[in-house]
Amino acid sequence: MDYSDTENLGTEPHQLAEKASEQVRNEPGKEQRRYSVGIDLGTTHCVLSYAVINNSEDDLFLQHVMAIPQLTSPGVVEENAQLPSFLYQPHEAELADGSTSLPWIAKPDFLVGEIARNLGSKTPIRLVSSAKSWLCHTGVDCKAPILPAEAPEEVARVSPFQATTAYLQHLRDAWQSLHPNAPLAQQDVVITVPASFDPAARELTVEAAKSIGLTQAILLEEPQAALYSWIENSQGDWRNHAGCGDIILVIDVGGGTTDLSLIAVTQNNGNLELTRVAVGDHILLGGDNMDLALAYSVKSKLEKEGKRLEPWQIQALTHSCRDAKEKIFNHPDIDTIPMVVANRGSSLIGGSLRTELTREEVQRLLVEGFFPQVAVAEKPVSRVRTGLRTAGLPYAQDAAITRHLAAFLSKQQAATEDLQDINLPENATFLHPTAVLFNGGVLKAQALAGRLMEVLNAWLAAEQAPAARLLTGADLDLAVAKGAAYYGFVRKGKGVRIKGGTAAAYYVGIESAMPAVPGMAPDVQALCIAPFGMEEGTQEELPDDEFGLVIGEPVRFRFFGSKTRREDKVGVRLDYWTDEELSELDEIEITLSEEGRRPGEVVPVHLCAVVTEIGTLELHAVSQKDNSRWKIEFDVRTGE
Amino acid sequence: MNTNYAIDLSLKPTTFDLWHVCLAGTVALLSIIMIVLLLSVLIGMLRCRKKRQSSQQQVMTAEPVVKVVEKIVEVEKIVQAPAPEPIVLKESTPDAALQLLSLLQKEARFIDFIKEDISAYADVEIGVAARVVHEGCSKAINEHFTLAPVRTEQEGNKITLAQGFDAATVRLTGNIVGTAPFTGTLIHKGWQVNNIRLPKLTQGHNASIIAPAEVEL
Repeated sequence: MDYSDTENLGTEPHQLAEKASEQVRNEPGKEQRRYSVGIDLGTTHCVLSYAVINNSEDDLFLQHVMAIPQLTSPGVVEENAQLPSFLYQPHEAELADGSTSLPWIAKPDFLVGEIARNLGSKTPIRLVSSAKSWLCHTGVDCKAPILPAEAPEEVARVSPFQATTAYLQHLRDAWQSLHPNAPLAQQDVVITVPASFDPAARELTVEAAKSIGLTQAILLEEPQAALYSWIENSQGDWRNHAGCGDIILVIDVGGGTTDLSLIAVTQNNGNLELTRVAVGDHILLGGDNMDLALAYSVKSKLEKEGKRLEPWQIQALTHSCRDAKEKIFNHPDIDTIPMVVANRGSSLIGGSLRTELTREEVQRLLVEGFFPQVAVAEKPVSRVRTGLRTAGLPYAQDAAITRHLAAFLSKQQAATEDLQDINLPENATFLHPTAVLFNGGVLKAQALAGRLMEVLNAWLAAEQAPAARLLTGADLDLAVAKGAAYYGFVRKGKGVRIKGGTAAAYYVGIESAMPAVPGMAPDVQALCIAPFGMEEGTQEELPDDEFGLVIGEPVRFRFFGSKTRREDKVGVRLDYWTDEELSELDEIEITLSEEGRRPGEVVPVHLCAVVTEIGTLELHAVSQKDNSRWKIEFDVRTGE
Repeated sequence: MNTNYAIDLSLKPTTFDLWHVCLAGTVALLSIIMIVLLLSVLIGMLRCRKKRQSSQQQVMTAEPVVKVVEKIVEVEKIVQAPAPEPIVLKESTPDAALQLLSLLQKEARFIDFIKEDISAYADVEIGVAARVVHEGCSKAINEHFTLAPVRTEQEGNKITLAQGFDAATVRLTGNIVGTAPFTGTLIHKGWQVNNIRLPKLTQGHNASIIAPAEVEL
């Protein structure tokens, strides 16, 4: 089969989707949707969970996690609950013909899933990983082919956007092959994104879904999904575990990222309400860093014995460290785990390296290294970056998750000021959570979860606040996907819904009218265009702030977000702010199309912000004269 | 010609004419057809039942077989692809044994270990390699097979086998005399595979290559 055929394969369901939506439009009374599908598009793994929601009278919610057929090695297809988020581009001579076929396609363009991870562990120059983290990386164009970043010229590169699309496409095709009579494009699809994703990254995720025909997909923040899963799992009993006045801290430590959110429990007319009041920054720090830390420590131990390790051996060591770590954490009676790095040749006994990992090392490196006992006033250490930076991901410089947590809680001290049901004591120096929900595979380790609670409760005890409770019962690996599927059910009015709106206030930078001073950049004012907590399906206009835009000429604005300024209304101009308050996002760009207008004509416009039902932020330039609208693009990156 | 027919039920025919012959013939023919039809339906039903019974028997006899390697997993996949030629995953039937070897080699370096001459090495060195093999084998086996003991009793305990016990799942040894119930010591608890999840193979896959040669560029 040639490539043009496979491309057809890719586009056909899209047309199907259009037909389907037409059908829905034509027969408004008829129930077309059958499943609520939740997709956890993780940094290291993707999971798809689904439930039948056909019978709208039925309150029963029966959930499944789809076993995703995927290649695990050339010619071998297995079904796993998780699809590793890796993409591999094989060399044309690398794999035998027909050894990459999947049940739905004879020759996929890219290899994704387990096979990509396996092949890529030996040939990293062809492997794309952590595409999701690139989506939220300011300073790169996410639609430009930039991955793998370290590949030689000859290897065709893909964009982070393409990689994300490839994972979604695999999930869609897998779904289609398992449910031939229920195309995914006709189901309620919820895709989760980190709470810390900026508007551009959310937009890209939605666009990726749209490009494979999932035009109906909506977004949900991962920590919220985890809480939904906990609520669903409690079978209605959650009200006995969380009450009015509670502040639930969701700590999600995944393979590559750490995501923090605060959700307040309040009361309205006797009903409990959940409001997501704050989200943390995008912290690139997760379980993979921990495995790597162990591997490098073992490596230095071996080097002290005079044994040099090659890169592939470190890779193998990282794998063994992951397993060894889990064994040490799960079995309190084991103190040392022998580790063997086998020779790559066929002689197994001759060339193997032996070493061991001790409980003391795991304790020191992971518990003390990633979860040190720090004071709540401590801030994550950030070193000054050296002048020359390779184009890579902005990994967190401080590995201490507890320090990031301390900074988050201190920064968000005022997050619940507007809520009457929640009262912080006078002396509080940080927001006091009363309950904690964990998510992510890392926190399955009792030692790490326990340490995190211990540190948090020590902070609370220092301010005479009661200790926070741990909310249990969620499946830490699959909760996000499950919660997302449950959210589809909740949206039908079947359960309590977490309110939230935008997790930040957004501003555009406007040069203030001041005489130019040589050598000084003109002062910039930040004009608030979308306030904090803007609800889905609402819009805000700024009719008083008018810009003259020239038809056909792109105009760029600096764009800022703030996760702490809750009180700013639309139209507020800030003259001064600290780096802590406002963080600069990628520039946004407006180009007024020439339809029916003369190029060069100046059109007076004002800005308008819309939070869509999907969960993305859209900015429009609205003409003052005839109300015509132009969409403002987010994904214009300054790095070009 | 007199065309007036009178109906008189008390009248008895006295002449056996052509009309009566025709009438009798039709009745005989119809009844023969009836009998043939009923018979064929009956035979058909009997055959059907036999087939179902025999297939059930097949299933029954196939179940307790513990020979792991030869067991066939038949998973029928409904593949709906818009491509001109449908892609069918090859059943793992003849390749299952090769597949298992390949899995054990991949995860546990099983073939490497078996093929190596261990007489040249000290026990300590073999022990190091055995860890790799043990860890990998247990991962591969646990991932693809669901194993359970046949008897859950403690080994070494006395157990009693009632009459009609399944001789395929429990093997009697030693002093086998008398009639059931038998009482004896459980020497080995036995193993059975309750579920097999072998990977599917693509059409072009050559299963006899258990591990491809590796060339680093």
